Amino acid sequence: MSSRLRAALTPYALIFPGGLWLAIFFVVPTVVMLSLSLQSGDVVSGYAFTFNWHSYVDGITTYHDQIVRSVIYGLAATLIQIVVGFPVAYWIAFRGGRRKSVYLFLLLLPFLVSFVLRTISWQFFLSDNGLLLGPLKSLGLLPQDFHILATSVAVVCGLAYNYLPFMVLPMYVALERIDPRLLEAAQDLYAGRTQTFLRVVLPLSLPGVFAGVLMTFVPATSDYVNASVLGGTSNTMIGNVIQNQFLVNQDYPVASALSFTLMALLLAGIYAYARVLGTEDVLEVAAR
Amino acid sequence: MTETQAGTGADVAAAPTSQTVPAIELDNVVKEYTSHGEVVRAVKGVSLTITEGEFFSLLGPSGCGKTTSMRMIAGFEDPTGGVVRLHGEDVTGVPPNRRDVNMVFQSYALFPHMNVWDNIAFGLKRKKVADAEIRRRVGETLEVVDLLGREKRRPKEMSGGQQQRVALARALVNRPRALLLDEPLGALDLKLRQHMQIELKRIQREVGITFVYVTHDQGEALTMSDRIAVMNDGLVEQLADPREIYERPATKFVAGFIGTSNLLGGTVQEVAGDTAVLALGAGDRVVIPRGGTVAAGDAVDLTVRPEKITISREQPAGDVSVVRGTVSEVVYLGTYNSYMVVLADGAEITVFEQNAHDSSTTAERGDTVWLSWQPRHSFVLR
Ligand SMILES: Nc1ncnc2c1ncn2[C@@H]1O[C@H](COP(=O)(O)OP(=O)(O)O)[C@@H](O)[C@H]1O
Ligand SMILES: [Mg+2]
Repeated sequence: MSSRLRAALTPYALIFPGGLWLAIFFVVPTVVMLSLSLQSGDVVSGYAFTFNWHSYVDGITTYHDQIVRSVIYGLAATLIQIVVGFPVAYWIAFRGGRRKSVYLFLLLLPFLVSFVLRTISWQFFLSDNGLLLGPLKSLGLLPQDFHILATSVAVVCGLAYNYLPFMVLPMYVALERIDPRLLEAAQDLYAGRTQTFLRVVLPLSLPGVFAGVLMTFVPATSDYVNASVLGGTSNTMIGNVIQNQFLVNQDYPVASALSFTLMALLLAGIYAYARVLGTEDVLEVAAR
Repeated sequence: MTETQAGTGADVAAAPTSQTVPAIELDNVVKEYTSHGEVVRAVKGVSLTITEGEFFSLLGPSGCGKTTSMRMIAGFEDPTGGVVRLHGEDVTGVPPNRRDVNMVFQSYALFPHMNVWDNIAFGLKRKKVADAEIRRRVGETLEVVDLLGREKRRPKEMSGGQQQRVALARALVNRPRALLLDEPLGALDLKLRQHMQIELKRIQREVGITFVYVTHDQGEALTMSDRIAVMNDGLVEQLADPREIYERPATKFVAGFIGTSNLLGGTVQEVAGDTAVLALGAGDRVVIPRGGTVAAGDAVDLTVRPEKITISREQPAGDVSVVRGTVSEVVYLGTYNSYMVVLADGAEITVFEQNAHDSSTTAERGDTVWLSWQPRHSFVLR
C-alpha cells in the first residue's frame, strides 16, 4: 500500500471502531424503534408495520400533561444548576489554586455511587421525618404535616442534584481557560469588580454554560428515576410513562412514539437554542 | 539629571505644577513575594523619579524585577515597603481602575470576544464617556496606530504586529497621564520590532504622554529612551540618559550588560592630581582619568569600549594608553572587523575597527599588535 493511500485511509481507520459501535448500538435500535412506533397490534397477537400514526396522536393527547411537566422540570432543574453551579465552577477555576483537581474530584465523588442509590438516599434525606425535616419539625420550625417528598420541588431538586457535574464541568473548563491577564487588563481599563465580571468573565464563560445546559437539560427532561423515587404519583414525567408503557404495559408502539416525540421536541429545542445563543455574536452582545 | 529635583512628596504636592511634580516616583520601594513558604525579594529598594512626558525605560535581565516594579505603578501589586506616587499623590491601596495610568501587556491581553473597536472603546465606556466622544476618540486613535478599516476584526484574525497596535490603542485612547509598556515588542520578529520601535517613538512624541518602557533589550532601550534605569537583582544600578549609560557605565554590571566592553584588572601605582597610573596584570602601565576616586594600592577594573580602541602593528606615539597582545581571532562583520587580542597575562580584549578604507584587515591571527586608546575613553569600575 502506498504511503499516500495509507495517509488517506488513516482517518477512516481511526473512526471505524467508534463508527461501528454507533451504527450497531444507536442507529439500528433507533430505526427499529421508529418502525415500532408506526406498527399496530398488541403484545399477544404480535405487531405489524402499518404506518399507524395513531400511536403518536394517542400518546400526545393522553400524556400531554407529562410532556409539558417534563420540559418544565428540565428547565427548572437546569436553571437551578446554573445558579448553583456557576459560583462553584468560578471558585474552583479562580480560587482553587494548586488544589483545583482535588476540588473537582470532591465534586465528582458522590457520582461514583450509582445514580439510583444516590436518589434513594435523597429519599431518606427528604422524607417526612428524615434528616432534614425531622430536626426542623421537632424544633417547631416547621408544621408537622409539612413535606417535601412527593412534590415537584423534590423532583426538581433531585434532577438538579443528579446532573450538576455535567453543568459544573463545562463551565469550569470555560472559566479555567480565561487568561487572568484579561481580568487585569479590564481592571487597568477602569472596570471595577462588577464590570470586569459582566464584561469579561461572564461572556467568556458562556460557551461553557451553553454546553452545560445541553448536557443537563436533555437528560433531566427525559429522566424517570427522580420522578419515580422522589415524586410520588402526581408528578410523573414523560420518562416514567415511556418506561411504564415499555416494561409494564408492553405497548411498544405508544412507548416508541412517545420516545420519538420527546426526541423531536428536544432536537427542535436544541436547534433553536443553538441558533439563538450558540454563536460568537452572543458573546459580543453580552460584552457590550 | 532630573531625579534630584523631587524633594519630599509633601512640599511638591503643595505646589503642583507640571514642572515640579514628577509623573511617577518610586521612593525606596520594596516588594517581597512569598511562594512555597519562601520569601522572594523581587524589588529590594528602588527609588526613581520619572518626569512628565518622558520616555523612560526600565532595562535589565530577565527576573531583575522590572515587571514587578511596573505592576506596582499600575496598582496590581502593593509595595511591601516604600511609597509609589503618581503625580505627587501617594497611591498605596488605590486599585488599578482608579489610577490614571494604563498598561500595555506583554502578551497584549486583548479581549478575544470583542472586535477591535470594542476592545479600544472598553476603557472609555467604563469611564462613561459620551457615545459621540467615544466614536471620535476611537476613530482618532485607530488613525494614530494605522488600523483604520480593521475595527470589525477580532483579535485572533490579526497578525502579531496588528494585535500589538490594538493593545497600544486600547491604552492610548484613554489619554492616561502615563503609559506603562511591559516588553511590548517582545513577541514580534526583528524587522517588525524595529519598525514598531520607530512607530512607538513617533506616537509618544505625537501624544506627549509619559512612557514607562520595560525591556531586556539594551539596543531597544538605547535607541528609544530619554532616560534609562538599568536594573539588576531588584536594584537600580544606574539611572541616566542612553549616552551616559553607554559611555560611562557606573558599575561592572552595567558595563557588561550594555554593549560589549573590555574589563582589565590592575593595581593603582600612583595618583597624580586628576589622573592615576594603573599597572595591568600583563605589566603594561596605563593612565586612567578621575584619579581622585582611587588610592595607590587599590585593585580596580578598567573598562574600554571595543570601538574606542585603535589596533596597529607599530607602537603608536602620543599621549595614549597602550597595551601589547597577540591576535587570536579576526572576524569580518561587513561594516567593521572584530579582533580578539590576548594580553600576556591571558586577559582578552575585543576591538572593533571600521571598514573605512578597504576590505583588508590591519592584522592577522597570530600577529603581535599594539592597542591604544585615549585615557578619557577608559574608566574605572569597582
Ligand atoms: N507572583 C510572584 N510570586 C513569587 N515570585 C514572583 C512573583 N512575581 C515575580 N516573582 C519573582 O520576582 C523576581 C522578579 O520578577 P519580575 O519582576 O517578573 O522580573 P522581570 O520582569 O525583570 O523579568 C523573579 O525572581 C520572579 O521569580
Ligand atoms: Mg517581565
